[in-house]
Amino acid sequence: MDALACITSKQQLESFRVEFLGKKGRLTQVLRGMGSVSPEQRPIIGQLANDIRLFIEEQMDTLLLQLEANELEVKLLQEKIDVTMPGKRQRIGKKHPLTTVLDELVDIFIGMGFTIAEGPEVELDYYNFEALNLPKGHPARDTQDTFYISDNVLLRTQTSPVQIRVMEKKKPPIKIIAPGRVYRSDTVDATHSPLFHQIEGLVVDKGITMADLKGTLEILCKKLYGNDTKVRFRPHHFPFTEPSCELDILCPSCNGSGCRVCKSEGWIEILGAGMVHPRVLERCGINPEIYSGFAFGIGLERITMRRYGIYDLRLFFENDLRFLQQF
Amino acid sequence: MKAPFSWINEYVKIDDITPKQYAHAMTMSGSKVESIETQGENIIGVVTGKILKIERHPNADKLVVCQVDIGDEVLQIITGADNMKEGDFVAVATDGSTLPGGKIKKGKLRGVESCGMMCSEDELGLQQERAEGIMVWQTETPLGVDIKSYLGLNETIVEFEITSNRPDCLSIIGLARETAATFAREFAVKTPVVSEKNDNIENYIKVRVENEKLCPRYSCRAVKNIKIEHSPEWMQKRLEGCGIRPINNIVDITNYVMLEYGQPMHAFDLRMIGGKEIIVRTATEGEPMKTLDEQEHLLDGNMLVIADCSKPIAIAGVMGGENSEIQNDTTTVIFESANFNGESVRSAAKKLGMRTESSARFEKGLDAHNTVAAVNRACELICELGAGEVVDGMIDVCAPFEPERKIPLNVEKINSFLGTNIEKEFIISSLESLGFTVENNLIAVPSFRGDVEGEADIAEEVARIYGYDKIPSSLNTGETTLGGKNDKQSAEDLVKTTLTSLGFYEIITYSLINPKMFDKMRIEKMGYIELLNPLGKELSILRTQALGSALEVLSTNYNRRVDGASLFELATTYQKGGDDGLAIEKQQVIIAMYGNEVDFYDIKGATEQLFDAFGIANYKTQQHADPVFHDGQTAIISVKNQQAAVLGRIHPTVQKNFEIGADCYAAVIDFDMLLKFKDLDIKFKHLPKYPAVTRDIAITVSNEISVGQIEEVFNKFKSGIVEKYNLFDVYQGEQIEKGKKSVAYALTLRSADKTLKDEEVNKVLDAILKELKRKFSAEQRL
Ligand SMILES: [Zn+2]
Repeated sequence: MDALACITSKQQLESFRVEFLGKKGRLTQVLRGMGSVSPEQRPIIGQLANDIRLFIEEQMDTLLLQLEANELEVKLLQEKIDVTMPGKRQRIGKKHPLTTVLDELVDIFIGMGFTIAEGPEVELDYYNFEALNLPKGHPARDTQDTFYISDNVLLRTQTSPVQIRVMEKKKPPIKIIAPGRVYRSDTVDATHSPLFHQIEGLVVDKGITMADLKGTLEILCKKLYGNDTKVRFRPHHFPFTEPSCELDILCPSCNGSGCRVCKSEGWIEILGAGMVHPRVLERCGINPEIYSGFAFGIGLERITMRRYGIYDLRLFFENDLRFLQQF
Repeated sequence: MKAPFSWINEYVKIDDITPKQYAHAMTMSGSKVESIETQGENIIGVVTGKILKIERHPNADKLVVCQVDIGDEVLQIITGADNMKEGDFVAVATDGSTLPGGKIKKGKLRGVESCGMMCSEDELGLQQERAEGIMVWQTETPLGVDIKSYLGLNETIVEFEITSNRPDCLSIIGLARETAATFAREFAVKTPVVSEKNDNIENYIKVRVENEKLCPRYSCRAVKNIKIEHSPEWMQKRLEGCGIRPINNIVDITNYVMLEYGQPMHAFDLRMIGGKEIIVRTATEGEPMKTLDEQEHLLDGNMLVIADCSKPIAIAGVMGGENSEIQNDTTTVIFESANFNGESVRSAAKKLGMRTESSARFEKGLDAHNTVAAVNRACELICELGAGEVVDGMIDVCAPFEPERKIPLNVEKINSFLGTNIEKEFIISSLESLGFTVENNLIAVPSFRGDVEGEADIAEEVARIYGYDKIPSSLNTGETTLGGKNDKQSAEDLVKTTLTSLGFYEIITYSLINPKMFDKMRIEKMGYIELLNPLGKELSILRTQALGSALEVLSTNYNRRVDGASLFELATTYQKGGDDGLAIEKQQVIIAMYGNEVDFYDIKGATEQLFDAFGIANYKTQQHADPVFHDGQTAIISVKNQQAAVLGRIHPTVQKNFEIGADCYAAVIDFDMLLKFKDLDIKFKHLPKYPAVTRDIAITVSNEISVGQIEEVFNKFKSGIVEKYNLFDVYQGEQIEKGKKSVAYALTLRSADKTLKDEEVNKVLDAILKELKRKFSAEQRL
């Protein structure tokens, strides 16, 4: 037993096992020597030797477990590493911030039952202007400085022509959004770009009211800017909607008292909207006596800038990796 | 449009409303207030004073010591100005007063006490440019009066954003009408009263309108015995408040009436009208004309001019000619108050590059009914100012008016359109407050509201007076529809999620490019669409490919010392030749990268993984030549013999042209091909029941033989028991014959219904090796 107590490694334990229980071990010797023992004593000695063997084996098992536990402890200690060293990372890219915000908007509208419509960027004057109640010579054309390709072909200045293309092809119910690139001949600076993105929306069916326009766009603002967002609808003018409005949100920086962010107006313009002008419906073969609808247009850059606090429009199109990595 | 509060107040009482309340209410009823500015806001404690005595400063040659009476005391003030004399009246900033530039305190100047300051116009914020001396006047003035009330610096100026459909609101009267409707107050315009002399305009001038379409109405009156002088302070102040510079009494009256009535006017010096006849005609092609601003113009045949018997004297609705301008010795003027076709004025102003207050109003379409009231108002002002004698009579050449527009009043329809429940009485009173009349359920539209054409317009009028904020919110969007994306839109998402998960950042670039891009990329200039009116050469054509844009982004990043960049864009390209003269718009996926340890196989791997994501397996990669790419490191990927992608290392020359100092790699993938061949139908396959056998084979082949060719052989056996193969070594060197290479593969073989025996495996391997030998003279390396 003393010998067992001195054992400190698995190796010593193995030697001990060989010494006592091995083929030539002491206890084995005892059992082998059974032949010279009288028949009466044989069972007694046999029993005794067996008991001793069992006892030793039991002690050895206990010891083994303990030794193994000790060894593991030492091993774990040796394997200690500096957990503050950097982790191994997979390279993951990111979507452009404009795409991220667009995806969010698209999800909101898909959730409300909208589908996505598309139209050409190189567009006919008819779809971009005329069908939207902006005939040639209309003064409102001047507010949208247009890139022309020929007399009647241009780069669309708005996503609204998609409204017309959709209504010409599809009869109500219509419920679409049309995101896309639009062009204006504005010189590049912090707030102007010859190319930017809009999201057009159009709902046409029986019984659509101005109240529905308000409800839909309020939901949009709450999803985009939080449930507490205060919005206001203010009359405005667009040739292809009547009544028309602009939607403002209460300036989150100053809560309406006026600051630099809202140019001291207290409110920030988010989008333009209105009830589809009956003449626009008519032109697309939809009877305005039966159907009505609303339309809206959102500037994607403006919303994205607001969302992330980006102050310069040019950053979107420079694509500096250090910019893209932030979103 | 800027409007002084006090002017609007002449037509509708609003002096009990704070500017802030006013701005809010007007904005919410459709006249958006951009800003409110109160004059004299920063002037406190400045009073009128009289200089009693001026003495030399004992210690300074350029300073004088003045004793100034400000009513209850006499202040000693030192000044460096020399434009005043004893007995002059001045504006005195007393000790502790505030000016726009800061606070004024008493102090000593060269040892002599000065108890304030006599102010100049610029110091009071009355003018921008620096004044010559202090502000002085001689008219007897009560002393110690706050300068703001003395000068009338209590005006609040409201600036409105007026939408293009409301030219009637580019006037004080129009804005006052909107104000009255917004606040439900009384509003009235007096008919101008003109006291006439016993003379007749026919003795002065004749008018002939040659183009009635472009000039539906021409009204004019004559004023004689005019004395040209400054207009009175109050008139000048209002003009300045509206942002118009006062000139002289006659010109100021025309501007004043334009602002008040929204009707642009012009005054001609009768002496300069040859033949005493005004002819309204189109210009002759190339007819020269010098306008008031001393610019020379060559007119064209579409431009309407006001002419005398021999020459144009004004460009109709845009600007007067220098030749008929009011002079200091002008004695008789003709006031023109005309109605010109909006489109014609707009196009003339645009062509001549001179948008004026006048043209900005005409181009939106003005009310032809307004001309007479306006010219009479001008004559009334002549009388009020004592500026001259109005000649009896008026010349009024007038085409028949558009008939009055009538729209049926349908209360139910208005409410069902708006989603409201507005009372009929409210609807009628709102419309009436805006100048409409309602009789027998018919709404008569006033002539100044050319924008109101139908029931929807009426609904808007009602809604904005009722208040958009009072319209309830509801969510009926008609029949329930299923939202979602179509195949193409989902595929776009798949491109983006796949490439971002592979470490690529999405970029968005301009689709307008510089035509030099073609040369930079060494590609042929063709099939592109050019803008007629670009901003400059840089953004003058639409791109036919999007790789150039991505290379520009790589260049931007490289030159900003960004270590490496892996980018992609799902970009639209534009080719000539679409339907209706439009473009053929197609999408490309561009992948582009540079950076440490980036090579051809990175771009190829990314491209392949994109194909994998689309479930496209049967594509083929081949060596390719493309001028943008490196001659030896370019591949084309095709699916079913259709080109789907080109990828490789960018040609060193192209790289240099884009000023990129690192090797860069790119892929141009045809999005339509991804869409066409995508196969995302997933069918579950049973997990294998029997073990696989793995065997390595190494062969030597000529360098010319590509791995792709070898793998085509493997592919032939893939339908059998060859499950997959994996290239693990390509070696060229000492142990291999020159011109040859060793290629080693690990082949995995498996049968679906039994455990493979060695003989079976060997049989297949032998067959493969035999085929490789037959095709490429490949020798097995053992
Ligand atoms: Zn704010």
